[in-house]
Amino acid sequence: MEQKTKINAEEGKQELVITREFDLPVELLFKAHADPDIIEQWMSNPYATAKVLKFEGKKHGSYQLESTDAQGKVVFRSNGVIHEFSLNKRITRTFELENAPFGVQLEVYEFEPLTNGTSKLNMHVIYESVAQRDQVLKLPFAQGINLAHNRIQEILNTSKK
Amino acid sequence: MNLRRDVFQALADPTRRAILLLVASQSMTAGAIASNFDTARPTVSKHLQILTECELLEQKQNGREIHYHINAKKMKEVADFIEPFRKMWDDRFNKLETIMKEYKSKK
Repeated sequence: MEQKTKINAEEGKQELVITREFDLPVELLFKAHADPDIIEQWMSNPYATAKVLKFEGKKHGSYQLESTDAQGKVVFRSNGVIHEFSLNKRITRTFELENAPFGVQLEVYEFEPLTNGTSKLNMHVIYESVAQRDQVLKLPFAQGINLAHNRIQEILNTSKK
Repeated sequence: MNLRRDVFQALADPTRRAILLLVASQSMTAGAIASNFDTARPTVSKHLQILTECELLEQKQNGREIHYHINAKKMKEVADFIEPFRKMWDDRFNKLETIMKEYKSKK
């Protein structure tokens, strides 16, 4: 089976491209990126709840997101400014993870209609350096290991009691 | 539905790693691959199917035969730890798609 989400990250470049085709009309795909309530829903996962603290979907607007764990502790906050917000077409924004050494990235989201009911998202992400891009790429892998460690710790703690 | 499409899960199996090593040296038919293992032929076929599904192997028609090739690009992707990053976005986008389908039907 072909994978739906594709990442193109060429070696030695400070950018990457994420592409994905959706079984959704382009209007709904765009809405999922423009409505704070909906953003919170799809950005959340079983380990982290996403919250949109601020969202101004317009040119010169800005946004701030927060992610909390099951205990309500803030795991990270991120923010950025919006340079372009064209309905059903394009969002250009910056993204920065607060209190983290990953710098600022530039993100261009292009929303492309394929048929009446299907659409495609092209996400072009540009980092400050090759090293920074590679660090961000490895982040979920490191987090996965941390999660596994935390889980083991939890099990050990419970079994001690 | 077969849910075993996670690349790391595919690589976790020793027989599948052995198959990848074998095919890395030269492309081979399913029969030639199976002859290198004591495992039953259908079991090898299953392994080949899993490796192909997660794009570690590619099939190419060669006359009447189908040869299996290593997908070097995919192998490199795994080596670069990109897969968990891709998976993170894939999970998010799958969720987005489900939420918006419900949203559409509610209207």
